[in-house]
Amino acid sequence: MKRREFLILSAASIGGVLVYSFDRKATRASVEDHAIRIPLRFFTQAEALAVAALASRIFPSDDSGPGAREAGVVVYIDRQLAGPYGRDRHRYTQGPFEDGAPELGYQGSATPREIYRQGLKPLLGIDSKTPEEQDKALQLIESTLFFGFLRAHTIEGMFCDPVHGGNVDMIGWQLIGFPGPRMSNYKEIDQHFGDAYRPKPVSLREVGGDNVHLSENEQ
Amino acid sequence: MKNLPQVDVVIVGGGWTALLMAKELSSRTALAVTVLERGRLHQPGEYLAGMDELDYAIRFRMMQDPSQQTVTLRHNPQQRALPIRQYGSFLPGSGVGGAGEHWNGVCHRGLPDCFELLSRTTEKYGTKRLPKDHAVQDWGLTYDELEPHYARVDALLGVSGKAGNLRGKQTDGGNPFEGWRSSEYHTPPMKIAYFSELFRTAASSLGYHPFPIPSANLSTTYTNPDGVTRPGCAFCGFCERFGCMIGAKAQPTNTLLPVIGKRKNVSLRTRALVRRIVSESAGKARTARGVVYLDESGEECFQPADLVIVATWTLNNVRLLLLSGIGQPYDPATGKGALGRNLTHQISIPAAQAFFEKPLNRFMGAGASGITMSDFDSDLFDHTELPFLRGGMLEASVTGARPISNFGAVPRSVTARWGSEWKKAAVHNFDRTGNITFLGEHLAYKDNFLDLDPTYRDRFGDPLLRLTLNWRDNERKMVEFVVPKAVEIAKAMNAADVIPFPGLGNYDATRYQSTHVQGGAIMGASPERSVINPYLQHWDVPNLFVLGGSCFPQNFSSHPTMTILAQAFRTADAIVDRYLKHPTALA
Repeated sequence: MKRREFLILSAASIGGVLVYSFDRKATRASVEDHAIRIPLRFFTQAEALAVAALASRIFPSDDSGPGAREAGVVVYIDRQLAGPYGRDRHRYTQGPFEDGAPELGYQGSATPREIYRQGLKPLLGIDSKTPEEQDKALQLIESTLFFGFLRAHTIEGMFCDPVHGGNVDMIGWQLIGFPGPRMSNYKEIDQHFGDAYRPKPVSLREVGGDNVHLSENEQ
Repeated sequence: MKNLPQVDVVIVGGGWTALLMAKELSSRTALAVTVLERGRLHQPGEYLAGMDELDYAIRFRMMQDPSQQTVTLRHNPQQRALPIRQYGSFLPGSGVGGAGEHWNGVCHRGLPDCFELLSRTTEKYGTKRLPKDHAVQDWGLTYDELEPHYARVDALLGVSGKAGNLRGKQTDGGNPFEGWRSSEYHTPPMKIAYFSELFRTAASSLGYHPFPIPSANLSTTYTNPDGVTRPGCAFCGFCERFGCMIGAKAQPTNTLLPVIGKRKNVSLRTRALVRRIVSESAGKARTARGVVYLDESGEECFQPADLVIVATWTLNNVRLLLLSGIGQPYDPATGKGALGRNLTHQISIPAAQAFFEKPLNRFMGAGASGITMSDFDSDLFDHTELPFLRGGMLEASVTGARPISNFGAVPRSVTARWGSEWKKAAVHNFDRTGNITFLGEHLAYKDNFLDLDPTYRDRFGDPLLRLTLNWRDNERKMVEFVVPKAVEIAKAMNAADVIPFPGLGNYDATRYQSTHVQGGAIMGASPERSVINPYLQHWDVPNLFVLGGSCFPQNFSSHPTMTILAQAFRTADAIVDRYLKHPTALA
C-alpha cells in the first residue's frame, strides 16, 4: 500500500487557511497550530513543496496582495491531477500520436500527471532555494509544456471557486473584485459607471449547496 | 439487435431544431414522434449548482466529450489530418437541449443579401471578383421567404431588441441596415453596461450606427404563444458554457420541452446514440427505413420510422450521413458529389483589446448583452477599391468576465507573463480591460470540406469526421481592414492602451472562435451542388430531412441560431402542409 503523503506547511507562515479534507468538509487551520498537514492525493510531499514554491514565483505574494501560496494553489493542482483531468479521462487519446502544426493543439500521449511527474524531477528541492534561484529555474523551462501547465493551473487555482481547493477564503476573487456566483446584478448592471462596484463575494457552496458535484471527484 | 415497433417520425438529436420539430409535429398532427438524444436530461437545480467556471467553462462539462467523439483537422488536402484532442475553437453540446443550453442567446437575423450571395456579388462586381477557388452559392431561399419564420422565432424566444426596419420603414434605436421586419421585437432591448455604453457613444461620435444586440436572455418577463413564461435576465454573467439557473435565457429545455412534455405522441429517449440511418433503394428511389442506435445499456436497437429527421449539430449531421452511405461524398479534385462540401466557420476575433483607466465592473453581464454595429457588414460599404469582399459586425458585449478565462491581460508596456511585475499589472487591469470583437463572414471554398478520416476512429471503430479548413486572403484582408476601425473606436472610448489583433494566420483549433461551424450538407437549388433542397429535404431520399447549420452554403457574419430555427419552422410547415399529404419530393 502506498504511504499517504502529506504537505506539511507552517501555519504561522501562511496565516489561517481553509483546508478541504477528503470528505470535503472545510476545516480552518489557525495560527495556533504549529503545522498543517494536508493529505495529498497525487503529489509526493517533495513534489508538492516544489510546486508550491514555483507557483508562488509565478503568482507571488507581494505588496499588491496575496498570491499562490495563500490561495492554496498546490492543493488545487494536486486534486486536479488526481481526478479525471489528470489522467486525460476526457481527452481523445487514441493514436497514432504525431507532431503537427501548433494550431492543432497538444498532440502528445503524456497525461497531465505524467507531464508534472517528469517536469518536477529536476526541480525537487527547489523549495529550499532562494527566490532568485527559483526564478532562474523557471526561466530555463519557460517554453516547455510543463511550464505552460503550471502557469495555467496556477491561475486556475488562484481564481477557481474555493470548492476546488484553491482561492482559499476567496482571496483570489477579492484581489481582482470578482464576486463569484452572484444571483442577480439586475439593479446594478447599468449603474456604477466608472466606479468600482465590489459586492461581497459568495462561493458556490452557498449557492448550490449539496447539488454541487466536482469534476475532480468523478471517476 | 433489438427491433423496436415502427413509429411515424424518428428525430435524431435533442437540441434546438430537434425539439422544435418535435413540438411542431406533435402539436399539429397525431403522428407518433420519437426523439433520440445521446446525452442526458439536466436535472432541476443542476444549473444553479453549475455556476462554476472551472467545471463548466474550463473543463467543459456540458460539451460533447472528445474522448468519445471528436474530429480531425488539416489546413489543406495535401496534409495529413490530426485529431483535435481537446476542444478549443468550437464547443458542441451534449444532453437534452444540446448547445442550445449553453449558448449566449444572440439573436441576429441574416442580412438579406447573404441568401443570394453568389448572384448579388456577381451582379455588382462581375464574375472576376470572387476568389478563384470559391464555392459560394445562393441558398435557394430568399430573406423575404424566410421573414415570416424569423418572426415566429422572435415570438417563440421573446427576443429582446429594437427594430431598425419595420415593414420597410426605418425606425430609431435599431439596426438601420437590417432586413425588413414584419413586427417589432417582443421585449425591449437589454440594459446596457458601462463598457458597451462607452462603445455606443464612441461609435456614434464616429458616425457609425450602433444598436443593442438582439437577445434571447430576455430584458423582462415574457410569455410566448405556447404559454411558456420566462423571467427577465439577472445579468449574473453565467450564460456562455452554462445553463441559465433562472430560465431567463431561452433554451430548448425551458422553451420547447414544457410543451413537448404535455404531448402524449412524443417520446424522448435519452442516452440513445444514433450510429446509422438505415436506407434501401428500389430502382432510382432511395427510402430511409429508420435508424440504428445504442441504448443506455449499450444494446443495439433498430427504430423503424416512416420519416427520419436528422437534427444534430452541424458536424454530427454530416458524419452520420457519410457513415450511413447516404449521398455522394464530395471530391474536391473533380468537384463531384455534394456531401461534405462548403465547410465554413465564422471569423471571430478580439479586433482591439482596450485598457481603461477606470474599472468596468465586467463581472456583470449576459450572453447577449451589449452593443454592435453593421456599418462594415456584408456589402453595406463599397468593396470596389478594397482587396476583399463582404464584412462583419464590430461589437462590445459584456457576457460576464469570468476570472480564470480573463485574467492575465496586460498593456504593451509589460512584457513579463509571470512573476510580480506581471501579476501587479494583471491584477490592476483585470477589470479595466475590454475587447471590441469582430464577427466576420466566411466565404465557401472548394478545398474547405468534410469527409471521413482514413486513420482516426471513435471508440466503436467508426472513422472520425475530417475537417479540411483554412482561412484565405479574403478573410485575412477583411481582418486587416477592420482591425484599425476597431482600434479607432477603442481610442474614441478613451482607452489608455489598445492592442490590435495581430492578424489571421492558419485556422487555429486551440483558440475559441464560436460554435458556428456550418455546411457539409448544404441546401441549394440543384442536387448536383447541394445535399438538401430548400425545404431541407434530402434530394435523393424524400423521407429524410436534415435540419441545422449543416445546410448553410456559406456563413454570414451574424450568429446562426435564428436562421436555423426559422428554417426548422419552415420545414415543419412543408412537412405538415404538403409532405404528409403527398410524401414525395417537395422541390
